[in-house]
Amino acid sequence: MPFLTIASGGLPDNGVIHLAASSLVKDLTTPFRVIPRSIAISLGVLIWIVVLSIWSAVTYSGAIREMFLPTPGHVLTTTLTMGANGTLWEHTASSLQVVVLGFVISSIFAIPIGLMMGTYRVIQAFFDPLVNFIRYLPVTAFVPLFILWIGIDIKQRVALIIFATFFQQLVMLADAARSVPRDLVNAAYTLGTRRTETVFHIILPATLPQVIDILRVTMGWAWTYVVVAELVAARSGLGYISLKAVRGFQVDVIFMAIAMIGILGLLTDQIFRLLRRYVAPWAL
Amino acid sequence: MLMAATDQKSADISVDRVTLRYGKGEGSVLALSDISLHVERNEFCVIVGPSGCGKSSLLYLIAGLEDRTGGDIRVGNRTIVEPGPDRGMVFQAYTLFPWLTVSQNVEYGPKRKGIPAAQRKEIVDYYLAEIGLAKFASHYPLQLSGGMKQRVAIARAMANDPEVLLMDEPFGALDSQTRHTMQKLLLRVWEHSKKTVLFVTHDIDEAILLADRVLVMSGRPGVIKKEIVVDFPRPRSVDIALEPDFIARKREILELLRHDEDDEH
Repeated sequence: MPFLTIASGGLPDNGVIHLAASSLVKDLTTPFRVIPRSIAISLGVLIWIVVLSIWSAVTYSGAIREMFLPTPGHVLTTTLTMGANGTLWEHTASSLQVVVLGFVISSIFAIPIGLMMGTYRVIQAFFDPLVNFIRYLPVTAFVPLFILWIGIDIKQRVALIIFATFFQQLVMLADAARSVPRDLVNAAYTLGTRRTETVFHIILPATLPQVIDILRVTMGWAWTYVVVAELVAARSGLGYISLKAVRGFQVDVIFMAIAMIGILGLLTDQIFRLLRRYVAPWAL
Repeated sequence: MLMAATDQKSADISVDRVTLRYGKGEGSVLALSDISLHVERNEFCVIVGPSGCGKSSLLYLIAGLEDRTGGDIRVGNRTIVEPGPDRGMVFQAYTLFPWLTVSQNVEYGPKRKGIPAAQRKEIVDYYLAEIGLAKFASHYPLQLSGGMKQRVAIARAMANDPEVLLMDEPFGALDSQTRHTMQKLLLRVWEHSKKTVLFVTHDIDEAILLADRVLVMSGRPGVIKKEIVVDFPRPRSVDIALEPDFIARKREILELLRHDEDDEH
């Protein structure tokens, strides 16, 4: 490692430092090997610096017009302004409400039904054709339909989130239920558990870590549909202000709204990860 | 002393001309054909046979986890129709409940029965001491080795005080050394309760070491070929594996099983 030996030239123990440095390089380049936490975090920060640098270079130099891509500074000031006067939080709260309501309602029904579908073939056979068909329907196309059926208030947007989330959850939950080892269930029977208690006494606790993972992933999908839900006939929300901003060529507002959704998605993702660790400490 | 041999429940097992057929009509498979056997109360009976001969299926039928096509199965005096806590079972795969700690796993059965907490603690403490895992009471199965998990599985089954104990190649997934340790442990633990045990294995040494009686089974369809009484004194010592009587029985069983293999060709 020539550059390292030059740098350490004046120090007493060149050999030791040389060895440590080359061992670090080996750690970093060996497949699957764990790397030092400080380096992992630094790299994570580094990529954002790289993105910000490219963005700044491209916008401040004038290479791309302000109309198409605002400068980072501009987005920041817009965010601070809208944060200060309350509009940012008003619209964030509106979107948050829609997503959380839709997601919670969907999950409350999907968990028992999905687990039962996975446990009882008869329930699976009954619902499968319908569920598998609906799963592939484009959610966006249902927006005008839901407006016609439900109206343009929050109920419609919540219904759309439910529609987007529910059927995906059902399928994943049924798979999770099926993945419980048969002999584990058998063991419970030989200890006195009754067959009627299978779903809630055995399958549910056994699949709890997977259920939480399914919730985490589908909540992420729910976030991507909130903008779709608000694109037509909403009065508030991050998707709504994005749409308004397009008309006025306020790309900075769009950036802010998108970033906000991304941050909220990341936050809920983390909440579910923590929940999993707390509720299912016994799982990998 | 919590448990004396006579305190605990124990029943006999009666299998009367049982058939098991998978599927229907042309493509159906006859797994067990008119098989009959009887296990006395407090007897340690081992079924030994090659893989696929139906010995595990027979155990599942007795446990009530699968339905027989014909014949009668009785435990105590009751005909078997579905699984229940009177027939405890230890499986080859690791079946501890991962969401419960070791002690919570062991007290699972008693807790279901409504046994009060103080008494449950006594039961759990006793069995954890018996299997040598008292220090691991609050561990989760994830943190245990294979041998440890099977020890807990045995404790869990026995803590529920079943009338019979069914064991389906419980040491099959373990390495040879761990297997020997587990055999010694099982002999010791069983000695304290002498529950009726029906144990299934393909390992002939294991069968002779543990059993009062060995039933040699051949498969496709499964039938009991021969019954061999093993009358080494109890408590058993692992050293009997080197005695001429042991080897003689081993030879006999090997012959029977080899004969079975040749029959198929």
